[in-house]
Amino acid sequence: MTDKKKKKLPPDALKYQAFQQQREVKRPLLKNCLKAFLVGGFICLIGQLISTFYIYYFNFTEQTAGNPTTATLIFLTMLLTGFGVYDRIGQFAGAGSAVPVTGFGNAVISAAIEHKTEGFILGVGGNIFKIAGPVIVYGVFSAFIVALIKTIILEWGGF
Amino acid sequence: MLIGHQTWVFDNKPVILATGTVGGPFEANGMIPNDFDLLHDNIWLKQASFEKAQQALMEEACQIAIKKSNIEKEQVQFFIGGDLINQITPTSFAANTLGTPYFGLFSACATSMESLALSAAIINAGGANHILSGVSSHNASAERQFRYPTEYGGQKPPTAQWTVTGAGCALVGKEGEGPVITSATIGKIVDMGMTDPFNMGGAMAPAAVETIEAHLKERNIDHTYYDLIITGDLAQIGREVSLDLLHKHGIDIPEEKYVDCGLTIYREDQAVLAGASGPACSAVVTYGHFLNRLKQGEFDRILVVATGALHSPLSIYQKDPIPCIAHAVSIESGRDRK
Repeated sequence: MTDKKKKKLPPDALKYQAFQQQREVKRPLLKNCLKAFLVGGFICLIGQLISTFYIYYFNFTEQTAGNPTTATLIFLTMLLTGFGVYDRIGQFAGAGSAVPVTGFGNAVISAAIEHKTEGFILGVGGNIFKIAGPVIVYGVFSAFIVALIKTIILEWGGF
Repeated sequence: MLIGHQTWVFDNKPVILATGTVGGPFEANGMIPNDFDLLHDNIWLKQASFEKAQQALMEEACQIAIKKSNIEKEQVQFFIGGDLINQITPTSFAANTLGTPYFGLFSACATSMESLALSAAIINAGGANHILSGVSSHNASAERQFRYPTEYGGQKPPTAQWTVTGAGCALVGKEGEGPVITSATIGKIVDMGMTDPFNMGGAMAPAAVETIEAHLKERNIDHTYYDLIITGDLAQIGREVSLDLLHKHGIDIPEEKYVDCGLTIYREDQAVLAGASGPACSAVVTYGHFLNRLKQGEFDRILVVATGALHSPLSIYQKDPIPCIAHAVSIESGRDRK
């Protein structure tokens, strides 16, 4: 919590929060980082293998192999999510399985599965981007800002 | 009946005539499978949605409680219950199936003891002869409402808890054989500015402490009066914090006499992080496990303190703190009844 907010709390609440915090089990940061590094790295290794496979056996170049590789990874994620495995990997790996494209796939697919009971339009359609939506919104928005800055510097910066 | 500001003493001693406890596959794998009346091997219960499965759990728990007693469904005046789902629809649909006049409650995980306290109060005052008091929760329906889709691979911190899939129901009667409800203390909202919904035990601990303190003070008894003080779902962190707080306030409950339903239901190797939670947690463990032990004569007087975190996903997104509550009900074996 921010310091500004903490100031508004009564003193006994602050005292309790400090008391509670001493007994709270903390996230094992270093262990989590190591697990995330290993699992995230392993997912990237699989991605590299798939990419190499497409380059060697099909007519893809290093530039064009990206799309089929991503699609294959997301397809595998779909299977793992549907069979209820990906959430277990997620609990173990944390950011390691959330940051790669498989994590994005899992966020979309799990929401689609979850909201099927509410129908295909309002359920699946309305909720499929519930978790992934913010990633898309702010991904596009930050790309726009970066492009704007680049344009300003290049056009009017006199380079 | 009322003593002090928030405690009822039930002079007419309402009786828990029978209980019904139902659980899912994860509970069947837990520490106390023999204390359930019915265990399912699938979380869907052959229903179309998790919410409908939860409704089925509630209906089954009520039907089992009625079946185990020697009274008929028509003799039950009221059904008092609740759950975690928006507008408590699973409980309301279950009440429709039961066809009994119905009070719907929401106190999150404290609903179990809130409904038992109200049932006892109504019966004690002569407002009914038989009341069904039950609650339910479902892991997947709670996950999707309060957290993320069930299959989403987000990492939870070690302070997070696992919502119990199950339902517990007590059939409370004016007279008959069974454990008696002797008193109840209704809790106040306690807000310590805690905002982390993944640490509900830590948020709810002060509410449990406040209710226990008020109960002992208003009844003018010592903690030694009870053989066991049972909290609802404080889990690992909440239990430790609340016990330390009680000791700090001069109530020296020994470690072994202070147990938590959230730490009783599952085995340690089940991946539930800090422990179990949910309205069904305190209900199935109390109505199943602890009442069985009470009937077997292991102990005579227990105080059940069910704790609830009364936040909603909306209030969390709007950065509001978690309001917490705890309701206590004392249950005694008929043995030391005068």
